[in-house]
Amino acid sequence: MDFRDKKAIYLQIVDYVCEKILLNQWPPGERIPSVRDLGVELEVNPNTAMRSYDFLQQKDIIYNKRGIGYFAADEAPVHIKAYRREQFMTTELPQFFRTLYLLNISMEDIEDRYKTFIKTEFDPNWIDQ
Amino acid sequence: MIELTNLTFGYNQKKILYRDLDLSLQPGSIYGLLGKNGAGKSSLLRLMGGLLYPTAGTINVAGFTPRKREPAFLQEMYFIPEEIYLPSVSLNRFIDTMGPFYPKFSESQFRKYLVEFDVPPDQKLTAMSYGQKKKVIISFGLATNTRVLIMDEPTNGLDIPSKSQFRKIVSSALAPERLVLISTHQVRDLDNLIDGIIIIDESEILLNHSLNHIGDRLMFSTLSSVTEADRVLYAEPSMRGYSVVMENLEQEDSRVDLERLFNAVVTNRDGIKNIFR
Repeated sequence: MDFRDKKAIYLQIVDYVCEKILLNQWPPGERIPSVRDLGVELEVNPNTAMRSYDFLQQKDIIYNKRGIGYFAADEAPVHIKAYRREQFMTTELPQFFRTLYLLNISMEDIEDRYKTFIKTEFDPNWIDQ
Repeated sequence: MIELTNLTFGYNQKKILYRDLDLSLQPGSIYGLLGKNGAGKSSLLRLMGGLLYPTAGTINVAGFTPRKREPAFLQEMYFIPEEIYLPSVSLNRFIDTMGPFYPKFSESQFRKYLVEFDVPPDQKLTAMSYGQKKKVIISFGLATNTRVLIMDEPTNGLDIPSKSQFRKIVSSALAPERLVLISTHQVRDLDNLIDGIIIIDESEILLNHSLNHIGDRLMFSTLSSVTEADRVLYAEPSMRGYSVVMENLEQEDSRVDLERLFNAVVTNRDGIKNIFR
């Protein structure tokens, strides 16, 4: 894992866990690595990994079964998307808007490109609602 | 678990290295002791290990006075110096001779670490390269399971894959009742591994805080230009303007960049002191 991002490490670990769950490598309802194992795998302090798990618990993405370990929540994908959306709106979107403004790019131009992008990358039959 | 109170120390009466130093370290953490060459990192560690004696003031480590070197203290402290010495014996002999000094020593743990470090088990210790010897000592130190583990520049002499192994192994060896203290001038080797930072410069402890607390108070960012209003504590030119350390007024989360933190702390002592007051 590459930690060069400007984000705090514990939040980068949060993203890593979310990614694993969304990719179904750590399926909802199943057990995920312990704090200690995750710390070793990512070469980070176990206290940092613990902080990430605390955060993920608060967001209802994972839960702790006393004495057994941590599990991905059944509703994890929904909560991850909610968390990601909030992150995008508060941190990434303002950056994006800033660039649009600085470079005089119009919303119409963006809209056209967005539609083309979805059609070529994801779904050729996609129709804008 | 480690308490220094009014510690004064000098190698001779005229040249005092530390004066009235106070420091308090808690178990359950991996502390990084950062300082320039010659800042006195090793001397401080040696004082905690009972290898040097304070001129005045007290040192308490896990309830003991290190200077007295009581057996009960030595069972709970492992000290890995920068310059290491290994006797001319086999690994088995080393285990049989040194293991019994540490009641919580685990041979299986020791062997597991050696495998992870890629150290061949059937070689005489003196026939090993410097890096391999270092790995033997680090593995042994971790496997003693002492409450206090001090490592002076442990990553010196380790090759690139070993540094990564080192971080994995130390991360796995931390326990709630254990304190690990690592000195280094190569902060990148310890990135993400340490959760407490002690910065020492010109005989003074300029900073001793958890990484979480530092992240709460300071913000690490990039600015296209630096103005008076930004409350910048430290700035250095970078590809995209300036890499800066600022007061974290908006409670934003940023990654604590250890190198930049170090530079900020040693160049802007007063600014940093104000923020952590």
